[in-house]
Amino acid sequence: MADTRVTVEDLKRILLDAAGADEGIDLSGDINDTPFDQLGYDSLALLETSSRIQREYGVELDDDAFLAARTPEALIEAVNERLAAHA
Amino acid sequence: MSTVVTGMAVAAPNGLGTEDFWTATLAGRTGLGRITRFVPDSYPARLAGEIKGFEPGQHLPGRMLTQTDHVTRLNLVLSDWAFADAGVKPDDHSDFDKGVVTASSAGGYEFGERELRNMWSKGGQYVSAYQSFAWFYAVNSGQLSIRHNLCGPSGVVVSDHAGGLDALAQARRQVRRGTPLMLSGAVDSSLCSWGWVAHLAGGRISTSTDPVRAYRPFDASAGGHVPGEGGAILVLEEERAARERGARIHGEFAGYGTSFDPRPGGGRPPALRRAVESALTDAGVAPAEVDVVFADAAAVADLDAVEASALRDVFGPGGVPVTAPKTMTGRLGSGTGALDVAAALLSIRDAVIPPTTNVTPDPAYGLDLVVGEPRRAPVRTALVVARGHGGFNSAVVVRAA
Repeated sequence: MADTRVTVEDLKRILLDAAGADEGIDLSGDINDTPFDQLGYDSLALLETSSRIQREYGVELDDDAFLAARTPEALIEAVNERLAAHA
Repeated sequence: MSTVVTGMAVAAPNGLGTEDFWTATLAGRTGLGRITRFVPDSYPARLAGEIKGFEPGQHLPGRMLTQTDHVTRLNLVLSDWAFADAGVKPDDHSDFDKGVVTASSAGGYEFGERELRNMWSKGGQYVSAYQSFAWFYAVNSGQLSIRHNLCGPSGVVVSDHAGGLDALAQARRQVRRGTPLMLSGAVDSSLCSWGWVAHLAGGRISTSTDPVRAYRPFDASAGGHVPGEGGAILVLEEERAARERGARIHGEFAGYGTSFDPRPGGGRPPALRRAVESALTDAGVAPAEVDVVFADAAAVADLDAVEASALRDVFGPGGVPVTAPKTMTGRLGSGTGALDVAAALLSIRDAVIPPTTNVTPDPAYGLDLVVGEPRRAPVRTALVVARGHGGFNSAVVVRAA
């Protein structure tokens, strides 16, 4: 598990599973820098996403740090930092 | 100032959508059957009124599906249909000029059951963040408010099966206080195994396995009711404003009365009659002007006797046609009164009283029960009665506008 990393495709899958997608939102494109609120995800959607990432990757995430990430790219970076620290 | 109904939408076990429900009801088609949502074999009661053919994914975005119970999805879809029926678009009113009051008897039970199962079988980290509100009584009003920007007065009424009428009455209060448009009514559903245990605990559920014999109010062989799911969502508006925008008006919400029964065994009479009389007084309607009563129809002998006695006292023996089309849907929790208000408005529209099915009226009740076939009759004024467990009595008068 040492080289486990979350990719944007992983995140899209987990987001869809956790919170679904809003009408008119296309997650299949490049969403790396699109703020979560523009993607239709509020703090509760991100909490549920955080919970699923923790379960799937066996990593503990701090809610505040998680919610501070405004975009998918920032969130992936935060998760991967934790994963690297665990490795 | 009058409050009128300009939009309505129905979901019932015998018909999804107002016209499907009404066609089935006039034809005497039942929506009762063996429970399919879970395996009911080990339970003492196995019949329910389940809504068929509801595909939430056809109507709601995925974002909404992940965070809602089945009952909230029904509320959301019916609200879309009710607004369409009213000819109201979301931007026709400013956000603070529209509100929402619904009733709920159980909240999002099925969602809650799943998350509780996750908690004890896998652990707390497997409980959905959306459980924080998805189970809750007020969740339907909240999600309706968000979906349609209903920023005016909002709330939820919890008074068991009387709730649908109580919510509509609260909506009328808000119209009178100056909110031009209120979304209201109730849609309930708790037909999961956890919800079923709660229904059974109430002690009034029919254990018959025959859909034809299971729910027979005012029949000498009445043995409790069959629970169902569904109800109706209505759009209420101040009459003048509704007429100014050229709205089609289903009818006037003309009167409301409510009462609470005295403590059992205390020797004081039941309070249902008072609720009926105050609704008539509120509407300015004499008993002789009422063309039909949609009964609460508990199908429990002593409760049927109380209702029949109240109706005889107010209207005289056989003094008014009485019906309970809920014999085809089961009792829908707080949805039951809202559905009956919709049915009463359709009775007014089509000059027909829908039948009570499967019942051989016990003459001892002294009611003119409309059984078997619909009865053609001009209907200008209808009374709807609903009672909730623990002593809630409510009555509503609707009349042709």
